[in-house]
Amino acid sequence: MEYKPISVTELNMYVKEKFQQDEFLNNVLVKGEISNFKHHYTGHMYFTLKDENSLIKCVMFKTYTANLNFIPKDGMKVVILGTVSVFERDGVYQIYAKAMKQDGIGDLYAEYERLKAKLENEGLFDASHKKKIPIMPKCIGVLTSNTGAVIRDIINVSTRRNPNVYIKLLPVPVQGKDAAPKIVSAISLMNEKKLADVIIVARGGGSLEDLWPFNEEIVARAIYDSEIPIISAVGHETDFTIADFVADLRAPTPSAAAELAVANIDDVKERLHIYNNRYKTALKKKVELMRLRFEKCMKSRAFSNPLQNINEQYMLLDKKVKGIENAIKIKLKDSRTKMVKEIARIDALSPLKTLIRGYSITELNGKIVKSSKSLKANDQIILKFIDGENRAKIL
Amino acid sequence: MGKEDINFEKAMENLEQIANELEKGDLDLDSSVAKFEEGMKLSKKCSEILENAEKKITILLQKDGELVEEDFENDEQ
Repeated sequence: MEYKPISVTELNMYVKEKFQQDEFLNNVLVKGEISNFKHHYTGHMYFTLKDENSLIKCVMFKTYTANLNFIPKDGMKVVILGTVSVFERDGVYQIYAKAMKQDGIGDLYAEYERLKAKLENEGLFDASHKKKIPIMPKCIGVLTSNTGAVIRDIINVSTRRNPNVYIKLLPVPVQGKDAAPKIVSAISLMNEKKLADVIIVARGGGSLEDLWPFNEEIVARAIYDSEIPIISAVGHETDFTIADFVADLRAPTPSAAAELAVANIDDVKERLHIYNNRYKTALKKKVELMRLRFEKCMKSRAFSNPLQNINEQYMLLDKKVKGIENAIKIKLKDSRTKMVKEIARIDALSPLKTLIRGYSITELNGKIVKSSKSLKANDQIILKFIDGENRAKIL
Repeated sequence: MGKEDINFEKAMENLEQIANELEKGDLDLDSSVAKFEEGMKLSKKCSEILENAEKKITILLQKDGELVEEDFENDEQ
């Protein structure tokens, strides 16, 4: 009997054909955990799918990766639809993945969307309900795990911004079944005892399942009901949890939460300094203004020569007095002229003038005798001459 | 804290208001001086709050049903 060996290539081709003839292997749905994930620069993805006992190589070509709605990572649980076939060159069989989705995530995601819509409808996300974060909280409450990077980041950033910061850590589990109720009671304890002026609820990055406590309704409601303002900082910048929507402020990361909660002490000091300067400048300006007004006042005539007005009045008075004096003088002069005229006139009519010329006046019993008939014999009369009088008797 | 317990937000608002009133310049001199003193006092009070604050990093623990505040040991510090 003669040996008739086949080549390795022929063998692998044979096995490959056997695989291809199997309908089940042509369209297989398989679940497992991703490991050894490599996203090749050509756009193809190479990784291993494994469970506790076994593993299989996988490849997903660029044509299919475009349809993924998530970025696969090591440790992720996925379900893959694909074909199992043989890679002839290496003599290995592997999954040629056509589609892939996160295992179990579908349900969680639907629940997330449902709860988000419900709470949004109820108004739990309303901006009007959001409380203001105090500028200078005396005490910052932090709800997170007491181990790990999150609390360390928060403490580091906080103390860098304000070396005298007061932080109270209330440790809570941030993943697993117990996390949500513990977070809820921590929030109510903080409120009940008024332990802080602002609360940071924080957790590092993780899968949707890891972050799940922050998507639970009881946590959302506890945040909504909190009297103390709450800053949420859950996961990475791209992770949005329900807690983020309800919180008074959402920080993209725990470090960012610390920046939002703790004022930079130098900035605050600078602000106070600016106020002091503003006050000084304003008061200086005021005093300068008052000084200018005062100087202007003092330069006015009333203040620079206070007697001038009085002197002017004096002069006016003098003028008036002089006027009156003149008027009196003129009046007096007029009167005198008039009097002289009158006297001259009277003088012309005076009987004395007649007497001078040699006439005399006869008087009987003090009355001037104007007719001879008014006299009879023995009447005693007085004859008045210019230089005197004589008594006489009628014959 | 204690009697120095003033609301920082309120104080900052007041500081701003005082600055605006002073800068408007229509106060008389006496009122301006009074406002100036009020502002300087308030800003000093705020500075004191900043200066007098004490660094504290604590952890709240439940011990026998009691809430206890202890210094939080931070490995990195």
